[in-house]
Amino acid sequence: MSSVIEVQSLTKRYGDLAAVDDVTFSVGENKIYGLLGRNGAGKTTLMSLLTGQEFATDGRISVFGESPVENADVLQRISFIKESQRYPEDFQARHVFRSAPWFFANWDPDYAERLVDDFRLPLRTRIKKLSRGQLSAIGVIVGLAARAPLTFFDEPYLGLDAVARQTFYDRLLEDYAEHPRTVILSTHLIDEVANLLEHVLVIDRGRIIIDQDADALRGTATAVVGTSKAVDAFVGSREVLQRDGIGGLASVTVAGLTDQDKAAAVAAGLELSPVSLQQLIIRRTSMTEKEEVGA
Amino acid sequence: MDDSRPIFVQIAEQIENDIISGQLAEETQVPSTNEFAAFYRINPATALKGVSLLVDDGILYKKRGIGMFVAEGARERLVTQRRDEFQADYIRPLVAEAAKLGIGSAQLAEMIRKEENQ
Repeated sequence: MSSVIEVQSLTKRYGDLAAVDDVTFSVGENKIYGLLGRNGAGKTTLMSLLTGQEFATDGRISVFGESPVENADVLQRISFIKESQRYPEDFQARHVFRSAPWFFANWDPDYAERLVDDFRLPLRTRIKKLSRGQLSAIGVIVGLAARAPLTFFDEPYLGLDAVARQTFYDRLLEDYAEHPRTVILSTHLIDEVANLLEHVLVIDRGRIIIDQDADALRGTATAVVGTSKAVDAFVGSREVLQRDGIGGLASVTVAGLTDQDKAAAVAAGLELSPVSLQQLIIRRTSMTEKEEVGA
Repeated sequence: MDDSRPIFVQIAEQIENDIISGQLAEETQVPSTNEFAAFYRINPATALKGVSLLVDDGILYKKRGIGMFVAEGARERLVTQRRDEFQADYIRPLVAEAAKLGIGSAQLAEMIRKEENQ
C-alpha cells in the first residue's frame, strides 16, 4: 500500500516544550484516520507541520513524496479545515464558496450547494454575525466539497448540534465511498467517530502512543470486575490499563485477553465487559500521566 | 454494533442473519459495501472486510462487474453452523446451570415446553 504521508523522528519545540516529540509514522492512501488525543497533546501542531504551516525543529516530513513547506505542488492537494479558521472582514459564506475553486482543483460547486441546504447555512449573512455552529458548517462544507486528496479536519464541528454532526458523518462516508481520499479527522468526540475510522493515531504529550488499525484496536481491552481477590488472582502480571475499586470489589482494565483467558475469567466468577475506543484512549492517555507522577 | 468484537465480524453476522431469515435469498444480489457502510454508518473498508469474510467462507460469491451474490446452499450451511454454535453457546451453559440447581432433564424439558406454550 502506498503512503501519502511519511514522518520520521519529527520534533517541534516551542522553547522548552516539545509539542511534537520525536514522532515517526506513515499515513496510507485513501483511508480515514482518526488523530486523537487530549487538549494540548500536539494534534494541531502535528497537522500544522504536515501542511507546511509550521517549521519542524528536527526530523523529516514527506507528503506526496515531497516536503510540504512552501511547496505549491503538494499544498494544492491538501485541505486543512481548522477550528479557528478566520475569514476576511465583511465576507459572507457565499464569498468563501465562490473563492474555493481558486484553491481546490477538485472543488464541486453543486455538491457544495447541496451541503449548504443540508446544514441550513445562510449564504448572505456576514460571517462575523454567524453562530459558532454555522461558522463550523462553512469549514465542514469546504472540507467536503474540496475533495482534496488529503483532507485534514481539526475539530471541525465546534458548536454544531447533534443533527448537524450526524449529517457531517453521513456525508463524509457517502462522499468518501464515491471519491476515495485520505482523511485525517482530529476530534474529542471519539465515540461518535469510532466506526468511521479505518486507522487510529493517538498522540499524548507530543508522542504517538497508539498507531493501529481501528478494527484491531476494538476489543483489545476488557474490563474485569469481581472481588478484589479474584480479580488480582486473574490479572496476575498482565498489563493493567486502569484500576478502580470500592470496598472488596475491583474493576481492572486489561489488554490482550484471549478467548481462553476470557473463559477462565468467567469460570473464576468474574464479569467481563468490553471497553469502547473512547474508554480505551482515556485509560491509555491518563495512564501515562499517572506513571509519570508515580515515577 | 457492540464494542466487544470487531465491526467487520458483526457485519458478516448481520448478513448471515438476513440469509438465514430468508430476507436475502440464495442467488440474489446483496447490497454493495458502500451501501452497507452508509446504512451501518461504518467505514467502507470495514464493510468490505465483513463481506470478504463471507466470500472466503463460500457464503457469498462475486460476479465480475456486477457485485456480490448469495451462494447456492448458503442458508443450509449457515443453519447447520448456527445449530452447532447454539449447542455450545446456549445448551451447554443451560445444562450446567440446571445441574447446579438440581433440575433433572425431564424437569428441564417440561420447563422448555412451558415457555413454548406462553
